[in-house]
Amino acid sequence: MLRYIGNRLLLLIPVLLGISLVVLVLIDITPGDPARMLLGAQATQQQVDDLREELGLNDPLPVRYVRFIWNVLHGDLGTSLMTKRPIVDEMLQRFPYTLMLVSLSIVLSVLLGIPIGIYASTHQNTWKDNTAMFLALFCVSMPSFWFALLMIRLFGVQLRWLPISGVATWKGWILPCIAMALGLTALIARQMRSDLLEVIRQDYITTARAKGLSEGKVIYRHGLKNAMIPVIMVIGGVFGSSLGGSLIAEVIYSIPGLGQYIMSGLNNRDYPVIQGGILILSTMFAIVILLVDVLFALVDPRIRSQYARKSKGRGKRVGDET
Amino acid sequence: MEDNLLEIRDLVVEYHTDDDVIYAVNNINLTIKKGETIGLVGETGAGKTTIAKSILRILPQLQADLKSGEIFFEGVDMLTLAERDMRKIRGNKISMIFQDPMTALNPIEKVGFQIAETIKLHNKIRREEAERRACDMLEMVGIPMDRFSEYPHQFSGGMKQRVVIAMALACNPSLLLADEPTTALDVTIQAQVLDMMRSLKEKLGTSVILITHDLGVVSDFCDSVAVAYAGEIVERGSVDRIFNNPHHPYTLGLFGSLPRLDSTEPRLKPIKGLMPDPTNLPSGCRFYERCPDAAEACALSPPQDIEIEPGHTIKCIRGKEGGI
Ligand SMILES: Nc1ncnc2c1ncn2[C@@H]1O[C@H](COP(=O)(O)OP(=O)(O)OP(=O)(O)O)[C@@H](O)[C@H]1O
Ligand SMILES: [Mg+2]
Repeated sequence: MLRYIGNRLLLLIPVLLGISLVVLVLIDITPGDPARMLLGAQATQQQVDDLREELGLNDPLPVRYVRFIWNVLHGDLGTSLMTKRPIVDEMLQRFPYTLMLVSLSIVLSVLLGIPIGIYASTHQNTWKDNTAMFLALFCVSMPSFWFALLMIRLFGVQLRWLPISGVATWKGWILPCIAMALGLTALIARQMRSDLLEVIRQDYITTARAKGLSEGKVIYRHGLKNAMIPVIMVIGGVFGSSLGGSLIAEVIYSIPGLGQYIMSGLNNRDYPVIQGGILILSTMFAIVILLVDVLFALVDPRIRSQYARKSKGRGKRVGDET
Repeated sequence: MEDNLLEIRDLVVEYHTDDDVIYAVNNINLTIKKGETIGLVGETGAGKTTIAKSILRILPQLQADLKSGEIFFEGVDMLTLAERDMRKIRGNKISMIFQDPMTALNPIEKVGFQIAETIKLHNKIRREEAERRACDMLEMVGIPMDRFSEYPHQFSGGMKQRVVIAMALACNPSLLLADEPTTALDVTIQAQVLDMMRSLKEKLGTSVILITHDLGVVSDFCDSVAVAYAGEIVERGSVDRIFNNPHHPYTLGLFGSLPRLDSTEPRLKPIKGLMPDPTNLPSGCRFYERCPDAAEACALSPPQDIEIEPGHTIKCIRGKEGGI
């Protein structure tokens, strides 16, 4: 298992190399000149050319790529063109906000989505199930920024219960987390419901009932764990999309996180910020996917046995485990 | 009457699909004495598994509808029991070996745990004690107990079936519903499993309903036979009577489609045609279409059970005439 995790971590390296290359190429082919943006329309062509030379923008792509990787390996993502501050410092400062926003919304959506899914599937085709699934469909289909604006209007402007922007107090987190969590909750609930319905039809659930277990134990001990495997996958995916979602939520609610930073980088064609930001986000995502795979193996012995070394497994005696 | 362990009266079960009603079990009566082993035979789709699941009340809730009937177990109608009381019977006094061992075990729990779970549930004992007994059960079905902590995917089909059997026998049930317990096994293992069940039967006095397609197994293992056809029991009697003196044309057909070494017939004679569509059963005798001896009256109204000799009943108007 440890070896498997090690292997997966090693595999991260080529993935991140690839991502950096793609980002570099994309920035290269998008129109607009960072040097011109920086100096403004009044600057002469000479000034622009000088700045381009200074920033190394005139070097061929492979040279820039190697330089970028080399710097990253030394913990240097460059400096922002706009603020002139080192990007690593800025990101370290902002990272906790994004992590907080994303993890709070994921925790919230898991805590809500899984029980809702279980409830809906154990009341299949009743009005309770139908209502829950209608709401879930609604929340999945509506964009989260729409919820965000709606809630700002209702709770911030009209009722004045919660601050409309900033996270100076804990109250500030409530609206952005809910805005982000609504869609994710709905996704998780729908997945949970359909997986559990599928699992409940399996023979081993009938076996569990035939043992005399109560319905609750049948569902929780035998159904849920089996149904969790695809749900874990969805939660992993949800994490990725919520990293993207945090870009928007942070702008709407003025949260000084990574997303806001990357958005301003995009607006200003502050390409070192964009490069660094995307690299960080993709690293986070890759690590989450790795965690998901490890969780899979923890839940499902069939997956685990693929990683276990051949000699192990047999010969375990009772009492060694659980 | 008192020595009847289980008595099914007028059981009717339907399955509801989106646009059809499947009449799976139609007015079945069946009694099993203490210690008796009864073979329940019949084609695929005859309703055998449905009968067994009705006894335990584990039919799929959404599709299945137990329309009417009574199922007395030790004198109590189980269909009127509260779910709580029913749970004390399941896995404890009545247990079931499921048809397909490949899917009957939870793939992500240790096999030992799955056996111990039943034992712990029905006996007020500590977990360690339940696990110890589960090990004994494994040994009894011929699986070394150091495989307690393995998962179903590490077991062969035959071993899974043994685990399922160990699970069913773990609480010394007084009635065992064995749904084709040997179909998934090769012939040698089949014999071993049957031997094992036989010795348990002798040791514990367990009654067994053995669902099978294999008439050879029935003649070896059972005291009596019930032949199911299209959701009805068409013939019922002791093994001896039914094998030597079958009366219902369907039973005769079943024996006719069985290879025999002493037969002079050059070919097997399968029963012609198919079982009627369970969504659209004929109003008369269910076997009318395929019956070689059908009379006009057979198509008009369904035949009643007729006792042609003590303990031997058939559902066929020919019974009155004293055999065909
Ligand atoms: N869950 C279900 N939903 C709908 N119809 C069902 C369901 N289970 C069984 N049936 C139908 O009920 C009838 C009886 O099925 P049952 O499983 O009792 O047959 P069986 O005698 O056990 O057959 P086999 O020998 O193949 O196991 C069949 O027509 C089958 O299609
Ligand atoms: Mg069956």
